[in-house]
Amino acid sequence: MTLAPRILPHLGRALVLALLAFAIFGPLLNLVLWAFAEKWYFPSKLPLEYGLTFWQRVFAPRGNALASLGTSIWIAVLTVIVSLVVAIPAGYALGRLKLPWRGLILLAFLLPQAVPNLPVYVNIAQVFYRIGLAGTITGVVLVHASHGLVLAVWIASAAFASVDASLEEAARNMGASVWTCFRTVTLPLAAPGLMASAIFVFLESVDEFTGTYFVGVPDVTTLPLLMFNASMGGNYQIASITALLLLVPSIAFMLVVERFLKADVLAMVGR
Amino acid sequence: MATLADDTVVEMRRSGDSRFVAFALLAPALLVVGLFFVVPLVLSAVGAFRSTEGAFTLAHFAKALDLYTRDLLFTIEIVVLSTLLIAAVAIAIAGYLTLGEHPRAVAILRWLYRWPLFIPFVVAGQIMRTFLAKNGMLNHVLIGSGLIAPISAQSMLDWRGIVVAFVWKQAPFVTLLLAGAMAALERQHIEAARNLGAPRWRVLVDIVLPQVRGTLLVGLVLSFVAMLSVLSVPLMINPNSPTMITVDVAYRINTFADYAVANALCLLSLLLAAFGAAFYLRHAVRKVEDA
Repeated sequence: MTLAPRILPHLGRALVLALLAFAIFGPLLNLVLWAFAEKWYFPSKLPLEYGLTFWQRVFAPRGNALASLGTSIWIAVLTVIVSLVVAIPAGYALGRLKLPWRGLILLAFLLPQAVPNLPVYVNIAQVFYRIGLAGTITGVVLVHASHGLVLAVWIASAAFASVDASLEEAARNMGASVWTCFRTVTLPLAAPGLMASAIFVFLESVDEFTGTYFVGVPDVTTLPLLMFNASMGGNYQIASITALLLLVPSIAFMLVVERFLKADVLAMVGR
Repeated sequence: MATLADDTVVEMRRSGDSRFVAFALLAPALLVVGLFFVVPLVLSAVGAFRSTEGAFTLAHFAKALDLYTRDLLFTIEIVVLSTLLIAAVAIAIAGYLTLGEHPRAVAILRWLYRWPLFIPFVVAGQIMRTFLAKNGMLNHVLIGSGLIAPISAQSMLDWRGIVVAFVWKQAPFVTLLLAGAMAALERQHIEAARNLGAPRWRVLVDIVLPQVRGTLLVGLVLSFVAMLSVLSVPLMINPNSPTMITVDVAYRINTFADYAVANALCLLSLLLAAFGAAFYLRHAVRKVEDA
């Protein structure tokens, strides 16, 4: 009786944490089980047989999972290149130079995040179809880049804004040209922030579904599309294995996100 | 060595040039967003109001409303309910992270809550498709723990499945933003209130939340808009009527190549997002003016 009031809060806390842990890891564990299940029928609670048959099928040399993985990574790399080539100058201008309507321009770059993307994908698919870009890697990269750009510009402008201006002035006073100063002083100091935006854009591109669904059809099959097709075809093992592949970059990034985003971006959101 | 006068001249020339340089640097990014985002958006608006002969018409909207009013309401219900649940979860977790007094529980919670943070919607859809099925793990655990009878196990792959997938995926995102904003608050007010004997939930509601309302709003609006345009989750969990507008748009295009009604549906969902965006823009513009 005397112990109860002291133990009860601990029990309650442990119970809530356990429920939350189940809510988060239960679905993930279920996915892992499916990925290794050879046979799993109703009403058995756990798979009847475990094995790697489906893994062999997914990773078979002629299997389309490896091809999709390759397509996904290739598209993501190109998307990062296109986004950064365009976002670095824009981020520099917004973060470093005197600019009228700076807030308004930053808001404009937020537009693609604050407007549902479906109408955009539907109509861009139609335009791309007419000019022969539908179903091509280029078409998909352009769609991914126009969306990834938004984050890239915001993060890049925060990264450039956080570079100490006196260091640039020192370099300029010692006779460095604008370009040399940017290349040897500003860019290296902003590099961690730019790296963060590159990772963000990469991840967004790898995970993107709706745009690829409309624009990539029928020739570009990225990993999310492969997973979706397998799932809709009722092949839960293949879908789960592909989903696990997609989880690798997501969870790796989740574990390190605060290292990249600690000060500059999180503090900026909502300002 | 530059003299003072030289410096001023250079400075004046620089500020004149710099505006031009700044816009030149911005141009490619604005061009990409303009070409691949704004133009298609305008095309959508045009397509929704144009008949096959090119005249102005409201027929596409009439047809869209005629066929899909039920789905529009269904979409609103799902997205609003999910947003409210996300807010509740995010406030509870971020609040405990800020005000919790048991260091180990706070550490565990901080590690725990964010696992779904960057998991894509399409994967969340697949995960919930198996987890919430009649033969899924949730039902087995509920039966095993004696909470429900085996006979009453049912599939949750309907509106509930969509809401669960949305909250599971988006709540960590809003929590991350909210916990970041709460951590940046001055602790003095919180400490003072606690010292005066205010319970933690009052400190959360009366002192902490009012100061982070902006961040909460941004997180919720971004989630609201994201959920409105997700195609994969409703397609995988609940593809049959009533379903979400995104599924109807895909159906109009894939089955009938009916871009006109699809665009009308898109504009209707834009209208829904506009309610959310209006909140957001009002807040953002105020902040820009403050800055």
